[in-house]
Amino acid sequence: MTLKTALASATILAACMFGSASAADMTVGFSQIGSESGWRAAETTLTKQQAESRGIDLKFADAQQKQENQIKAIRSFIAQGVDAILVAPVVATGWDDVLTEAKDAEIPVVLLDRTVDASEDLYLTAVTSDLVHEGNVAGKWLVDTVAGKPCNVVELQGTTGSSPAIDRKKGFEQALSGNDNLKIVRSQTGDFTRTKGKEVMESFLKAENGGKDICALYAHNDDMAVGAIQAIKEAGLKPGTDILVVSIDAVPDIFQAMAAGEANATVELTPNMAGPAFDALAAYKKDGTVPPKWIQTESKLYTQKDDPMKVYEEKKGLGY
Amino acid sequence: MNALKSHLLRLAPQIVVLIAVVLLISLAFPDFLTLQMQNGRIYGSLIDVLNRGAPVALLAIGMTIVIATRGIDLSVGAVMAICGAVAAASITSGHSLVYTLALALAVGMLCGLWNGILVAVLDIQPIIATLVLMVAGRGIAQLITEGAILTFNHPGLIFIGSGSFLGLPMPVVIWLAFGVAITLLVRRTALGMLVEALGINRRASTLSGVSTGVLLIAAYILSGLCAAIAGVIAAADIKGADANNAGLWLELDAILAVVVGGNSLLGGRFSIAASLLGAMIIQAINTGILLSGFPPEFNLIIKAAIIVLILVVQSPRVRDLSAWFGRSGSREAAVKQEAK
Amino acid sequence: MQGNDDIILSATGIEKVFPGAKALNNVNFQLRRGEVHALLGENGAGKSTLVKCITGAYRRDGGKLVLDGADIDPRDTFEAQRLGIGTVYQEVNLLPNLTVAENLFLGRQPRRFGLVDAAEMNRRAKALLSGYALDIDVRAELSSCSVAVQQVVAIARAVDLSGKVLILDEPTASLDAHEVEMLFAIVRRLKSQGLGVIFITHFLEQVYAICDRITVLRNGQLVGTRDAAALPRRELIAMMLGRELGEEIKQAGNAQAAEGAVRYRFRGYGRKGHIEPFDLEVRKGEVVGIAGLLGSGRTETAEILFGAQKADSGTAEVDGKSVEISSPRTAIRHRFGFCPEDRKTDGIIGDLSVRENIVLALQARRGWARPIPRAEQDRLADRYITALDIRTSDREKPIRLLSGGNQQKAILARWLATNPEFLILDEPTRGIDVGAHAEIIRLIESLCEQGMSLIVISSELDELVAYSRRVIVLRDRAHVSELVGEEVTTSHIVEAIAVADKHEAGQ
Repeated sequence: MTLKTALASATILAACMFGSASAADMTVGFSQIGSESGWRAAETTLTKQQAESRGIDLKFADAQQKQENQIKAIRSFIAQGVDAILVAPVVATGWDDVLTEAKDAEIPVVLLDRTVDASEDLYLTAVTSDLVHEGNVAGKWLVDTVAGKPCNVVELQGTTGSSPAIDRKKGFEQALSGNDNLKIVRSQTGDFTRTKGKEVMESFLKAENGGKDICALYAHNDDMAVGAIQAIKEAGLKPGTDILVVSIDAVPDIFQAMAAGEANATVELTPNMAGPAFDALAAYKKDGTVPPKWIQTESKLYTQKDDPMKVYEEKKGLGY
Repeated sequence: MNALKSHLLRLAPQIVVLIAVVLLISLAFPDFLTLQMQNGRIYGSLIDVLNRGAPVALLAIGMTIVIATRGIDLSVGAVMAICGAVAAASITSGHSLVYTLALALAVGMLCGLWNGILVAVLDIQPIIATLVLMVAGRGIAQLITEGAILTFNHPGLIFIGSGSFLGLPMPVVIWLAFGVAITLLVRRTALGMLVEALGINRRASTLSGVSTGVLLIAAYILSGLCAAIAGVIAAADIKGADANNAGLWLELDAILAVVVGGNSLLGGRFSIAASLLGAMIIQAINTGILLSGFPPEFNLIIKAAIIVLILVVQSPRVRDLSAWFGRSGSREAAVKQEAK
Repeated sequence: MQGNDDIILSATGIEKVFPGAKALNNVNFQLRRGEVHALLGENGAGKSTLVKCITGAYRRDGGKLVLDGADIDPRDTFEAQRLGIGTVYQEVNLLPNLTVAENLFLGRQPRRFGLVDAAEMNRRAKALLSGYALDIDVRAELSSCSVAVQQVVAIARAVDLSGKVLILDEPTASLDAHEVEMLFAIVRRLKSQGLGVIFITHFLEQVYAICDRITVLRNGQLVGTRDAAALPRRELIAMMLGRELGEEIKQAGNAQAAEGAVRYRFRGYGRKGHIEPFDLEVRKGEVVGIAGLLGSGRTETAEILFGAQKADSGTAEVDGKSVEISSPRTAIRHRFGFCPEDRKTDGIIGDLSVRENIVLALQARRGWARPIPRAEQDRLADRYITALDIRTSDREKPIRLLSGGNQQKAILARWLATNPEFLILDEPTRGIDVGAHAEIIRLIESLCEQGMSLIVISSELDELVAYSRRVIVLRDRAHVSELVGEEVTTSHIVEAIAVADKHEAGQ
């Protein structure tokens, strides 16, 4: 027992003595919001996987939706003297003090997935997706797919007033503007849930001549699309053929639907925010390369041509 | 004969309101009343109302009994999530449909037993006692699904959510059958009267030899069972258990259904049929809003306005007032009714 | 005698009517300057109604109130307070989370530049309380003081606000002997300052310890006002329980002791803090009366016999077989029935119909799975509505709409429907009109003739005497005496209560 401890101490000592230039020796603290959604769980899984593949020692702290827990976790990371800190901030405000503490301790902080209202020099960079851009990609795909034919679109919005709902609607409308053949005929909230997605789609189908007048469905997330696909099937129509289905997030279940020909396209909100973050950190540690203040993740478009079953198998294990 | 007449009299306000709401929607959206056969099942907005209202209708059955005992059950939404998760977890790990359903319903009744013991044995106020499970329950459901939507493809289980029987969607068949069964159970036995006695005056009932403790626990178990059935239906409907969202806020809709059904939150006299009508009124409003094409920002305001209107019209003050304005005819009728 | 100007408060011909009952009927009451005047009576006698009419909590329906020579008609307690009448209740109605000083000056804090002048307030509070020989930190929260100190603070506030009449409503109920003495010292001091004090209590020793005069009410009527020194305890009890001494109506009938077999035997039966262990035997066809003053353990005896409170000592036997009565349900299984004293909270199920109230106990005994058919329910309800002459427009009327006497008869019907063999009636004639009164007494007698065993608790002594073969007298939560056959007379009962009382006082 004592021998083991001694050996371990010796290893740590050695590591300290030889210094740390490569990412392989980094210790990174990660303060995660919690596990409120499948996407969040996948982000956690991927962050751990990315750290492991790079040989990074990841210290993980789950804040259970509380900012005070995140601040505590960051302070404890500072006290432990980690090399860098990743934070997925639960709210936008109230970070100045703790970020200043990190800066004073010369520990770079990278924001994941969301940004904060604080001075830009308090963090190294923020890795996030562009919500407006996601809507835009979905809209472009639809414009290209219908290729000038007239098309009535119904929209399933996210929770009324939430920023993904506002931005994804905005981006989609931007992509459609100037294409008079495409018209959003109905738009209603489905609260990002399958149940409401299905219920609202049922009412769209009734309201639009049993669905015969609908050419495409745009859902702000895949879960609502999955619910809506069931409603379309139960109404005796073929989703993916009679009604085109495009949505955002790229969760595993939508790939199953795409494989079955029931969904047409999805735009990925990648849960791999940590990969780009680790890359930026490694470069910064190696030769002081300062990354841009905002690293935008790729909003990748998946269609039925992209071997959806394969993607499904890849994504299945991530904890979605 | 007389009993039937007094029953209809009791349900009259809810029937009138439901008809009014349906007419109002069909004014704005004439196709609302259209029904047609499609793939061997009846298809149309009215069926959607019955179908989408299934969870709240089921919850309202148990909630009516619990409220009649002068209690309240805030945990039903969370119990729905738990039971949906249990059903999904059980069926995906290869258990039979019968085993899965039995397990989910048993878990729901266990949740009810827990609430009942807190209320009847430990004498904790129902609103506090059931708040415990309301908060903790969703966490338990998330533990079962591990935070994700737990999907399944078992055709038997899915049938419960989206199959049909005699042309009606299964959820409709289930809540109608369960509602009739529970109504018969409480009205053909002495349970209904004993529950009402307990809700009006627990001490006097105990002194008259009513097993008030056992009855209270049974009421909460029934509520748990209703939540379990609703939870299984909600999960089967989307072929997956969504621990975060299944049954979210439905306890409030269930309480609202009971109130719109004209049942007093102070316990005592109750009518399950009236609560079920209340649930359908609420769902008709929901579906009507979706069909209306208003921007979603208005959903809650419209719903709130209509419900306030219904409650105002049902309030005793306004009834007195309208009787007063109606003077000769209706006032006499009101007085006569009072005298009865 | 003293002149008229010695009277500080005079109430003449006070009337108060509640729906279905006359709570006060032509009551006269006079309070002198510098006297402590006890207001006595059993539950429902009208003491608190009279006090509430005086303090403006109720508006009186008739009569005249004169305070300090001027007619008054307070609309609420605040107005009465301003006029000079202060009240202190058993449960101190101050704010426990404020300081002593804040409580004393609530609503009239000394102000300086528009703000509360705390220093001045504390100084004045200290001065005020020193008049009561109370030296405490006036900045402490009231809840940190003992109940007795809170009581004194309440008195100080009431006297400081009002200053003419002080009403003490059961102020000593939760105090120990030492604290009572402290309170009495204060009352004597206030008396010497010329205040008129009305003292409501049911501790007779305390009445004699501090009061100058005594007024007794019964059934909303004035029985009389007497000087305490000239009123023997026995006579006082007789006034309260409604029998003039020496007057005997009851004769024969039940004078012979019961000859039936003992059916119910309780030995060493009791429950700590409720009722001392007692022995009790009840024969077939016998009425055992229970007498005693309020708080003597009458209701506790009934509840323990019926299992509403579980006995923690003793044994129970029915027909020689040992039984355990652990709940009302087990009692009902042995064919017990119980009409509780408080009809509203313990008896009726207000929103249910007369029919449902009548069949309730029978239905509960049969169990939920064996409902009584509706036709049978109707038959039962109609039978008892006719037999007991329950006045209701029909059997489906909610019972809360019936008068007190008819509610009581419906509760009796509820038990009769179960065919009980042992019926416990706690104050069956309280608060009901004279006609119903007589009917219930006749009913008790006829039940007894049919062979039922009954225990009847009543504070109406002539009633008890009329139907009881034996009377058990209670005092201080213990069974102290038993009168049998010839001994059962009102004067004997009064004597037994008074003797027991003296015995206690002598200890």
